[in-house]
Amino acid sequence: MRDAASSINGSANRAASLVSQQTYPASNIAPPQVSRKQLMGYVGFANLPNQVHRRSVRKGFQFTVMVVGESGLGKSTLINTLFSTPLYPAMELPPPSAEPPKTVAIESISADIEESDVRLRLTVVDTPGFGDFVNNDSSWKPILDSIEQRFDAYLDQENRVNRSKMVDNRVHACLYFIQPTGHALKPIDIEFMRRLHTRVNLIPIIAKADTMTDEEVTQFKARVLADIRYHNIQIFQAPTYENEDEETLAENEEIASRIPFAVVGSTTVVKTPDGRTVRGRAYPWGVIEVDNEEHCDFVKLRQMLIRTNMEELREHTNLVLYENWRTEKLIAMGVEQDQSVFKEVNPAAKQAEERAMHEAKLNKMEAEMKVVFAQKVMEKEAKLKQSEEELYARHREMKDALDKQRAELEDKKRRLESGRPLTPEKTNTRKKGFLRT
Amino acid sequence: MAAADVMEQPEEIRASSYVGFDSITDQIKHRLVKRGFQFNVMVVGQTGLGKSTMINTIFASHLIDSKGRFEADEPIRQTTEIVTNSHVITENGVKLRLNIVDTPGYGDQINNEGCWDPIVKYIKDQHSLYLRKELTAMRDKYILDTRIHCCLYFINPTGHGLRPVDVIVMKKLSEVVNVVPVIAKADSLTMDERLKFKKRIREELAYHSIKLFPFQSDEYDEDEEKENQMIRDMIPFAVVGSERNVILDGKSVRGRKNRWGVINIEDDKHCEFVYLRNFLTRTHLQDLIETTAQLHYEAFRSKQLLALKDASNRNAPSTTTQS
Repeated sequence: MRDAASSINGSANRAASLVSQQTYPASNIAPPQVSRKQLMGYVGFANLPNQVHRRSVRKGFQFTVMVVGESGLGKSTLINTLFSTPLYPAMELPPPSAEPPKTVAIESISADIEESDVRLRLTVVDTPGFGDFVNNDSSWKPILDSIEQRFDAYLDQENRVNRSKMVDNRVHACLYFIQPTGHALKPIDIEFMRRLHTRVNLIPIIAKADTMTDEEVTQFKARVLADIRYHNIQIFQAPTYENEDEETLAENEEIASRIPFAVVGSTTVVKTPDGRTVRGRAYPWGVIEVDNEEHCDFVKLRQMLIRTNMEELREHTNLVLYENWRTEKLIAMGVEQDQSVFKEVNPAAKQAEERAMHEAKLNKMEAEMKVVFAQKVMEKEAKLKQSEEELYARHREMKDALDKQRAELEDKKRRLESGRPLTPEKTNTRKKGFLRT
Repeated sequence: MAAADVMEQPEEIRASSYVGFDSITDQIKHRLVKRGFQFNVMVVGQTGLGKSTMINTIFASHLIDSKGRFEADEPIRQTTEIVTNSHVITENGVKLRLNIVDTPGYGDQINNEGCWDPIVKYIKDQHSLYLRKELTAMRDKYILDTRIHCCLYFINPTGHGLRPVDVIVMKKLSEVVNVVPVIAKADSLTMDERLKFKKRIREELAYHSIKLFPFQSDEYDEDEEKENQMIRDMIPFAVVGSERNVILDGKSVRGRKNRWGVINIEDDKHCEFVYLRNFLTRTHLQDLIETTAQLHYEAFRSKQLLALKDASNRNAPSTTTQS
């Protein structure tokens, strides 16, 4: 079950306590009781890892790694050295008159390699042209597009009706080659890493480390890490588990302390001054051995990439990077998360609940109607009272008017009787008009 | 340049007894030593290729500091800047006034279009400054020469070839100044890789018709021509620079020490630093200064004066110099 709050480094404890950490958002159902029990005899489920092992060996593994860096930093050589196969043929330079390419190309090479019955389908994605132009403003766009395209393809596969054959060619790791300037990261390095660190596991590598002395290497590594921290770039950190033994922990710590790895690649075999034949580079002043931990960090890189953390890289890509991408994409498409699907359904309880809800609803409606009724009654009463008052007022008015008329009439009568001419004419007509209406 | 054949070539005669005018060389030397020499060199190349270290190594003294970005919160330079450093170094009574022009920020941005413009402008400005001083009615006895005599162009040791920006900039620079290409940090290339890389660079330079110093000229005699050919075969120099000393075979030499070996920069089997140093200081110093004055400056001058003449002919308000 996917816990939406899993952080990049927190996948460690998931496996151990999966059951007890399930959260039930907004529900009144209690989580199931989990109790620890002691085994009284041999059951045999300790064999589970072996079964998983057998199945995975049968299926084979897929691993996709992308190499990015300016040309001439030894990317192809390093890949050939890492996997001890001539995956990349020797570089053929086009003649000076050839047209140089205008954009970064994305080329991938796949190979099926096998070791002790374990099959690995290794895909290496190369990015020739990155950082080689005069104007490198958009060199990362094709790379970012390629990575997101692979995520899209996987998303489509997941949404198919028949999902039995799923091919995973998402990029699991990106080896970024840094030029050994000795100063700090270049603007193009910073820009690239900032754009891609949320989509792919970034592993920075210092290329051609044989040009630097020991202290230069240490200083340079410190500066690169400071730059990375300053720009909040997240590079791949191998997660540590608490239930592993001392030795593995110490090893992982050592690997982590050597990041970024200062590597030298070579597929040629040379002879050292003391007679051994090793993979390395021969200079007039000495021989640097690729597989010697004292000389460069190649062994550590290989350990991290292949021997210990290949599965971590894949898992991280699948669980964190891909999920983030998927969430962003679906939210952008307007799909909303329906929280009710997370509640566990118990039919009887649900029915009782529903009934209770229904009753509550009815009661509420009744109360509401009562209130409305009372309100209406009040309104009507108020209106009636008002009209009553109006009627009284009018009655009074009319009465007053009548009284006034009568008084006037009396007055006229008196006047007529006493014989006064003047106003009676006018009053007569007025009186008539008034009486008529 | 030989003058027009108006006069016949005068015949060479030998004096009957020793006159002594051959001491003019000493007189000149004496005068020049008193005056001192002026040498202006410019270093162009990406950050982190060891330009400052190389200059300090060539002149065996700490002349300039590296202008790299060392702290995370230091801002990144947005354009190419021009930084000049002047020093005077003396050796055996000979005074050399050295002007080193550094170009931090070159080629460092993501978009490097036009990163060479400040450099070309600076070079042309020095020419125009000199021209103006020359053309004034009351001019100084010895005009201070700030024209760039040599431009060291540092190439990234990729092992593949020149990058597009390198080709463009070298072409533009070779039209105004003497360019000497140098492969920086050559200790990252094995011997085979180095040879292949050099061959490839020479091919590309020839393809783009970029003219490098030393130039073909009829003035050089046989020995000089042979030397020049040797230099031309060695360009670009694959160098390693170091200001620090390491112990090698009991001796203290300038070099770099790793866990797998020690590079001695003065050993010509390790790198070509000695050749570059000799070329720059011991054999071709005067040549560089002269070529700048006679070739590049003259070209600039004639263009400017022709433009002036055109402008004054058309009776338009003349703009004296264009950058």
